[in-house]
Amino acid sequence: MKRFAQLFTELDQTTKTLDKIKALVSYFEVAATQDRIWTIAILSHRRPRRTVSAGYLGTWATERAGLPMWLFEESYSVVGDLAETISLVLPEPDERSDETLTFWINFIKSLEPMSIEEKKEKINWAWHRLGGVDRFVFNKLITGGFRVGVSQQLMVKALAKYARVKENVIAHRLMGNWSPETTTYETLVLTEDTQDISRPYPFYLAYALEGTVEELGDPTEWQAERKWDGIRGQVIVRNGELFVWSRGEELVTDKYPEYAAFLELLPNGTALDGEILPFRDGLPLSFNHLQTRIGRKSITSKLLQEVPVAFVAYDVLEWEGADVRSWPLTTRREKLEALAATKPHPVLQLSPTINFSTWDQLREARTHSREYRSEGIMLKRKDSIYRDGRRRGDWWKWKIDPFTIDAVMIYAMSGHGRRANLYTDYTFAVWSGDQLVPFTKAYSGLTDEEIREVDRWVKQNTTERFGPVRSVKPELVFEIAFEGIAKSTRHKSGIALRFPRIHRWRKDKAVAEANTLQDLQQLLNTHG
Amino acid sequence: MNLLEFTAKGIYCPAADVYLDPWQPVKKALITHGHSDHARWGHEQYLCTTPAEPIIKHRLQLTDNIQSVAFGETVMINGVQFSFHPAGHIPGSAQIRVELNGEVWVFSGDYKLQHDGLSEPFEPVRCHAFITESTFGLPVYSWPSQADVFDEVNRWWRKSQEEGKVAVLAGYALGKSQRILKNVDATLGKIMVHGAIETVTNIFREQGMILPPTVRVLPEMKRADFEGALVICPPSAIGSPWLRKFEPFSLGIASGWMGLRGTRRRRGADRGFVLSDHADWRELNQAVRETGAEKVFVTHGYSEIFARWLTEHGLDAREVKTQYEGELSEMAEATEDKALEA
Repeated sequence: MKRFAQLFTELDQTTKTLDKIKALVSYFEVAATQDRIWTIAILSHRRPRRTVSAGYLGTWATERAGLPMWLFEESYSVVGDLAETISLVLPEPDERSDETLTFWINFIKSLEPMSIEEKKEKINWAWHRLGGVDRFVFNKLITGGFRVGVSQQLMVKALAKYARVKENVIAHRLMGNWSPETTTYETLVLTEDTQDISRPYPFYLAYALEGTVEELGDPTEWQAERKWDGIRGQVIVRNGELFVWSRGEELVTDKYPEYAAFLELLPNGTALDGEILPFRDGLPLSFNHLQTRIGRKSITSKLLQEVPVAFVAYDVLEWEGADVRSWPLTTRREKLEALAATKPHPVLQLSPTINFSTWDQLREARTHSREYRSEGIMLKRKDSIYRDGRRRGDWWKWKIDPFTIDAVMIYAMSGHGRRANLYTDYTFAVWSGDQLVPFTKAYSGLTDEEIREVDRWVKQNTTERFGPVRSVKPELVFEIAFEGIAKSTRHKSGIALRFPRIHRWRKDKAVAEANTLQDLQQLLNTHG
Repeated sequence: MNLLEFTAKGIYCPAADVYLDPWQPVKKALITHGHSDHARWGHEQYLCTTPAEPIIKHRLQLTDNIQSVAFGETVMINGVQFSFHPAGHIPGSAQIRVELNGEVWVFSGDYKLQHDGLSEPFEPVRCHAFITESTFGLPVYSWPSQADVFDEVNRWWRKSQEEGKVAVLAGYALGKSQRILKNVDATLGKIMVHGAIETVTNIFREQGMILPPTVRVLPEMKRADFEGALVICPPSAIGSPWLRKFEPFSLGIASGWMGLRGTRRRRGADRGFVLSDHADWRELNQAVRETGAEKVFVTHGYSEIFARWLTEHGLDAREVKTQYEGELSEMAEATEDKALEA
C-alpha cells in the first residue's frame, strides 16, 4: 500500500504529463504483478464493488474521533471529499501496516457478506493500522471517485512504455469488460488474443475547431456531417450477440431494446460508431427526451413509444470480423452506406454528409444547425484513419454559438474536490415582474481569479445560510450560455437548460438589466 | 457595560476609551501585531509591544504617534489595566489582557501554540472572558510537527536542485518568511528573497534576530544567478510575470490551507507545505481550556462552528463578526504583501 500511496502522492503533486508518466512507469517496474493490474483497474475507474456505504463510514469515523455528527458534516462540506475528511479527523494510528494494495482490496471485498457490526469492527481495525496518505487511499478505494488527473490516454502511454507494446494496441486491450478478478496482467496487456467478444474499440474524440475553418485548407479534402447531441456509442455484433457501449465504457445494451434489430441488420463481426439518439418522424428529439430514458431502470412500452431511440451511424470500425480502423474514412463510409442501403430500418440511421465545395457554403449550412436539432458540424478528413482518444488534426467539431441570457446570482454553494471551501456553484434568476425566479444552476466558466473574487463577495454579502448554501444579495449579473432549452415540470421556472455555464461576468450590467422569464419563454417557443 | 464591546469600529473598551485592533480610524488603538488586518492606517495613537513596534512603524509610516511596552508590563489607562502577552503568532505578536475591578478579559488577536523557533512562545493567560480567533477551527486541521515539515521542505529543495529547477517557496512576507529562513537547512544552497521579504527581514535583523544570509532578487539578474537557489516570495507573486525569470522552477506554498488536498490542487502549486502561524483545532481547544474562561467570543474563521462546539462543551460561547481575515487573505491574494511592496 505504501508504494501505491507514494504513486498517488507523486501523481497528485504534479500537473505535468511527463512527470506523471515517469511516476507510473517507475511504479509499474517495482509493483507486484497483482498490484499492477489493480492499479490499472483503479486508474481506469474499475474499482472493487462498494461493500460499505459512505454513510456508515462517516458515522464510524465520527464516533472514533469523538465528534458530534454535525461537526463532521460541517468539516465534510469544507473538505469536499468524504474519504479525505475521514482520514483527517481520525486519530493517528496505533501501528503502521505494510500490506499490499491487493491485500487491502481483497480486504474490502471480503466485507461484502458481513453484518454491519462485523464490517464496523473490520474497518476500525484497518483505521488502526493505516495513517496519512495510506488511510486516505484506503478510504478512497471504498468510496470511489479516485481522481488523480490520470486520463486513460496517459495511462496507456505509461503502460505502453513500460510493457514495450504499441500505444494503440494497449488502448484497445484496456477497453471493455475485464476485471482483475478474472484476468491477469499478462493476459490483459501482453496477450494477442482476447476471449472478450464484447470488447469495444477506443473512441476517437475530436477537439473543438480553433481559428477559422479556412485554416483546414482545401474543402474537398473534408467530409462534413451534423454534430448530434446524443450519447456517443458503439454497436457491435459478434458471434450472434449484440453489445452496445457508451463512451463512458458502459455496457448499455439492455437500455435500448429497439437495438435488438441490429442482430438482423448487421452481419457477425461488425462494429459501428455513432450516436444514440431519440428519433421520431425523421428528426432527432431533444436531449431532454433522451434523459427520460437514461435514468429509468425499467423501460416501459409507453416510454418506448414516446421516446423511440435510433442509432445514427457515422463510422465502421470492424468489418467482416477485421479491424478496419486503418482504412481511409472514405472507404469506411462507403461500406457504411452500403450496409444502411441493403437493409433499411428505422433503428439504423445514417448520419448524412453535407454537400459543400466552399467553406462559405458550409458556413451557411452551419447556420441551419438548430433546424436539424444538431449542435453544429463535425469535420473529418476524408483520408484519415480512425484513431484513439482525443487527438488534433483529422477530426474537428465546429459548434454553433450557444444561447445566452443575462441573469442574477441569488444562491451560492461551495464546490467539491479542487473547489472545496470556495463558493463556486451558483443559482441564477431572471425577472418575472418584480420577482427574481431561479431558473438554472451553473458552476463553470469563471477563471480561478474571478472565482476567488466572487467567493469573497459571497462571504461578505450573505443574507442567509442553510447548510452549505448561502443566499446572497441580488447584485451580481452574469451572462449564462447554454446549448438548448426545453419545457420542464420539475423546475419552478418551467424550463430546463442544456449545458448551462457562465459565459462571462457582466460587471457592466445592473441587476435591473437582467433578462426576464418572458425572454426565456420566447426562446422555448422558437427552439424548444 | 462590558469590559470589552464589539462595535462597528472594532473591539472597544468603554472604561478606558481605547480600541483593540480597530478597523476604522480611532483616537487610541492597542495593536496585537503588524499584519494589515490588525494594524490599520489612520489612528491618532498606537500602542504595541516593543518587538512589534519597528514593523508597525515601518508599515504604517508612523513617526512619533506610536508607543510600545515590554511583554508583561502593565499600562494604566483611565484606571483600566492593560498588558501584552506573547501570542506565538509572529515575532512580537501579543494577546492583550484587560483588567478592571478584578474582572479580566483577554483578546488573543492571532495565535498559535506550536513553537516556531522565532516568535515568543504563546503564554496562556487566565481570564473570565476570552476572545479567540478560529481560522482553522475545524477538526480536519491538525498540524504536523514543524521538524517534519522542514524535512520535507529540505528534501524538496534538494530534489529541485537535482532536477535543475529553482525551488520557489511562497509564504507571507511578515512572519512566515522569517520562520522559513530560521528553520530551513541553509547549508543546502543560496537563499534568495523577494524585495518585500528582504525589507521585513532586515527590520527583524536590526532588532537582533539571527537569520541566515539572503540575497535580494533584482530585476537585472539572470537565470544563472538562481541556479540551485531557494527563492522565497509572497503568495501574491504566484502567477505573476515576476516568477517567469526562474523557469524552470518548482513552486511550493507554505500555508495551513495546504492541509487540504482541494486547496493544494486549486493553487496549482507543485508542493504544499502545511505550515501555519495559526492554531490548529487541538491548539484552539487547548488555549480556550487553559484560560479558564467561562465566556468565549469567537472571531474570524469558522467562528459559528467553533462557538457551537464550545457551547456544547458547557461554555458561554458566541460568534462575533469582525473584519480580521486570519490566513484567509493568504489564499485570496495577499493584500498585505502588496502594501509591503509599496
